[in-house]
Amino acid sequence: MTELSPAPGRLTATDIAVARGGRPVFAGLSLSLGPGEALRLAGPNGGGKSTVLRVIADLLTPLKGAVRWNGTATSEDPSAHSRRIAYLGHADALKSALTARENAETMLSVAGRNNGAALDRAFDLLDLQRLSDLPAGWLSAGQRRRVALARVVASGAPLWLLDEPTVGLDAASVSALERAIAGHRAAGGMVIAATHIALDLGPGDATLDPGAFSWTTDVFGEALV
Amino acid sequence: MSPFLAVIARDLRLARRQGTDIAMTLAFFVVVVALFPLGLGPTPELLARIAPAVLWVTALLAAMLSFDRLFQQDSEDGGLEQLALSGLPLSLLALAKAVAHWLTTGLPMLVLAPLLAVSLNLASDAYWTLVATLALGTPVVSLFGTVGAALVVGARRAGVLVALIVLPLLIPVLIFAVSAIEAASAGLTIRVHLLFLGAILAASIPLAPLAAGAALRQALD
Repeated sequence: MTELSPAPGRLTATDIAVARGGRPVFAGLSLSLGPGEALRLAGPNGGGKSTVLRVIADLLTPLKGAVRWNGTATSEDPSAHSRRIAYLGHADALKSALTARENAETMLSVAGRNNGAALDRAFDLLDLQRLSDLPAGWLSAGQRRRVALARVVASGAPLWLLDEPTVGLDAASVSALERAIAGHRAAGGMVIAATHIALDLGPGDATLDPGAFSWTTDVFGEALV
Repeated sequence: MSPFLAVIARDLRLARRQGTDIAMTLAFFVVVVALFPLGLGPTPELLARIAPAVLWVTALLAAMLSFDRLFQQDSEDGGLEQLALSGLPLSLLALAKAVAHWLTTGLPMLVLAPLLAVSLNLASDAYWTLVATLALGTPVVSLFGTVGAALVVGARRAGVLVALIVLPLLIPVLIFAVSAIEAASAGLTIRVHLLFLGAILAASIPLAPLAAGAALRQALD
């Protein structure tokens, strides 16, 4: 298994409120996740699942509330927080001109995480070795998703943030992803996945629906009608 | 390899694979400069008089074509989020992007400009000054372009918008560069002009990445 670096810790978010483009998304959302734990973000489209992931990744600053790692606000040292995270967005972040392998390598080396052996294992796990020398522009949507997942699996970051990781994946790849998640959790890693299909995150996973945390007051504390 | 160098290496590798992007920018530079002798006819004195301005204005316009490469693609394919989560501060990310942009746009123009100057009948004393102004000025173009490109990430018609934001900011660079070349053609001292260009560059290296970093944070939000 890939050694996790930095070490896993406890992620907490308390009383988070977010508005995007002046429209309230959710308020009063709290969560807590320790080493080896997994959290599923569920709920309908537009419920704020991706927004929760972006807040935890510090890509989006909440109006209210704070995200903490072992009790320290992540905004105090954004670079250190970034190094704890492997993020899979809804876009795959692949360059058509680079091969599958080069895509994963360049992004991992930008994050200071390029580890050939770990990447080999991730490519084996997701059945990508056959495709590794093909330009990403030639790959199908599901194959591109697997390359993006391989980057997360090979990163060795303790916290995986997965935004709809199963989009475009076939059944075999979904079970490969489930094995990867199980292995990551067994090594003490943490997973937060936004998904509305039945992805097995392993035993003891919690579920959170951001849509249930609607705004009851406006940003100035006035009650909404 | 440090993350900073890794970003530069990544952009250089992408530029090499998508070589047509750079080739088109440079071809624009060459073609537009070549239009002037054709349009003005056989008037060597007039060409020599306008050569510094033609070379510099065309270099600026050609550079405008290249700024959408900086962040637009990364923003569309999700790469910008990955870069932002690399642990590299956004301002250093912007500086790395500017360095890669200069290596793939400013540096080739620096090499091409003296060759094009021949077709414009530039005074023979002014060639080294032309190269010196480009060496000091094109990094400023890349740095300001990074700020402009970061400001318009995600905007419609971003390429035109960047040009409208960045070109007015580059007027001082244009003035000092062209006056330096004209002074050299006339056999006058060029030191003052080059010192001003150097001062602009020295101020831009720390300040432009800070501004671009702040703009990128807004773009991600």
